[in-house]
Amino acid sequence: MAMTVVEKILSKATGQSSVKVNDVVEPVVNVAMSHENGALVINQFLEVYEGTGLKPEVWDPSKIVIIFDHRVPAETSKTATNQKKIRDFVAKQGIKKFHDIRGDEGGICHQILPEYGYVRPGYVVVGTDSHTTSHGALGAFSFGIGATEMASVWALGTVLNVEVPPTIKVEVKGKLPPFVTPKDLVLYLIGKVSAKGANYRVIEYHGETIRNMSTSGRLVICNMAVEAGATSGIVPGDEETIRYLKEEAGVKEDIEIISPDANAVYEQVIEIDVSNLVPQIACPHTVDNVKPVGDVEGVKLQQIVIGSCTNGRLDDLEGAAKILKGHKVARGTRMLIFPASWKIYREALKKGILGDLVDSGAAIINPGCGCCLGVHQGALGDGEVALATTNRNFKGRMGNPKGEVYLCSPEVAAASAITGVITDPRKGGR
Amino acid sequence: MSKVVFKLEDDISTDVIYPGRFMATVLPTETPQFAFADYTEFNSKLKNKEIPPGSVLIAGNNFGCGSSREQATSTLKGHELTVVAKSFARIFLQNSINLGLKTVICPGIEGEVGDEIEVTHDKVINKTSGKSSDIIPLPSARQAIIDAGGLIAYTRKRLIEKHKK
Repeated sequence: MAMTVVEKILSKATGQSSVKVNDVVEPVVNVAMSHENGALVINQFLEVYEGTGLKPEVWDPSKIVIIFDHRVPAETSKTATNQKKIRDFVAKQGIKKFHDIRGDEGGICHQILPEYGYVRPGYVVVGTDSHTTSHGALGAFSFGIGATEMASVWALGTVLNVEVPPTIKVEVKGKLPPFVTPKDLVLYLIGKVSAKGANYRVIEYHGETIRNMSTSGRLVICNMAVEAGATSGIVPGDEETIRYLKEEAGVKEDIEIISPDANAVYEQVIEIDVSNLVPQIACPHTVDNVKPVGDVEGVKLQQIVIGSCTNGRLDDLEGAAKILKGHKVARGTRMLIFPASWKIYREALKKGILGDLVDSGAAIINPGCGCCLGVHQGALGDGEVALATTNRNFKGRMGNPKGEVYLCSPEVAAASAITGVITDPRKGGR
Repeated sequence: MSKVVFKLEDDISTDVIYPGRFMATVLPTETPQFAFADYTEFNSKLKNKEIPPGSVLIAGNNFGCGSSREQATSTLKGHELTVVAKSFARIFLQNSINLGLKTVICPGIEGEVGDEIEVTHDKVINKTSGKSSDIIPLPSARQAIIDAGGLIAYTRKRLIEKHKK
């Protein structure tokens, strides 16, 4: 029977010759990722073992990854105490893939997973974070789960009662025009299908545009698949996946590629030609409230943010720095930059990118989730408006329900930093 | 019979149910105080125990979209609310089943704050308006977790079976 890429992955993970949509399966997990909410996973995990007489030991410490990123360094004693609890647990259970608050190996979970080669094509990856969809960029079936569900994974090594999801095929053709990026593509897609349009479904990306896209760009379009409700986004592994894992993540072993069958059955096929795509903006307060930049040009901004698991990679910082070079951030607007990992921070430092950004007036913040979800730094004041390369603009998202958040690409963010209002980066050019 | 105590539109995110700035609080015993924290009036009523357990919150499509934070479920479970929505986002629905928050998928739900609602096995009946709407049953795979008393109990059962082998 012809299968989509996720059907193939789930067949493999359940030891079956095939699976089909709506089958209930229990796939074996290859990577189980958590961040600070690991503290809650630990509570639930210990509760599972209560009264069983069994020793609470995780099923396989080599498959668990824990990364501190949401509140680093701790903003309160409560967070610090939770982080301490996780450190103790990690040491006790022998979990080696632990990324503490460190300049040599820290960063945002969705950057660390690819950066360290923890994810491979064909893997089943679960994470206690909704943006775990990101890792579909490497050809894995990767999805977000809650803390209690993760406790169950830690105990059993499988995810219980997963229904095989239907797949939407998104076929993308054409070359992205100058100053138009994978972020604009995914915002356009979310605007088209709506915030619930892909609920309980997988988005499988295909087409020449995707084949020519770097892993960095694929991470963007898979990261935000969840904003259309998707269980996961996925780019079936290819030459670029192998290149990234070998050259950038330093993977030594052979990498097996899993591709969908040519005659696989898709619930829906969406075709997009990006040749004439323009920069896209998601307007407050839903991610599917997407408009071409021209419709919102001139909106006055108090805060501009470049960073997060969506757009805090080297190419993002590079793109922004090119536009900003020789210019200043407008007075009355503050610009915050959160690289997605310390490795990216270091590379951007070496290339002089961070220096250029600082010269322009941007403030560089340590890698982490930062102000994206309003838990750490960069909260908005009452009535303030932000433009961010992050992934969500829900009411209250940036720490204040009386603030507004617009979402965009790093190029739009940089061009807008110079003017202090939403600006089309194609006007004026470099 | 229960009263509708709160009505919400489509696409209510977990940031609205449980704002990110309270995420350092994780324990189900502590999260209920921050339920809908930015809706100060409703939040005060919840905190002051003016909302009886079993009260109904009705919402549009895609309730619980966004972050996977389980606090958004435990905060509502702590007040023993029932959520009747036209549809739910995936992770939120799964978390609710895992923790035992009562969720009802009812695409035709209509009602206003103050309406009397009865939830039967296959229908939501609005006694005030007289309108009744069909419930979409939860997938059978999910029902097994509910029947076991939540995911912790279900996993415990599976763990014991695994160790017997």
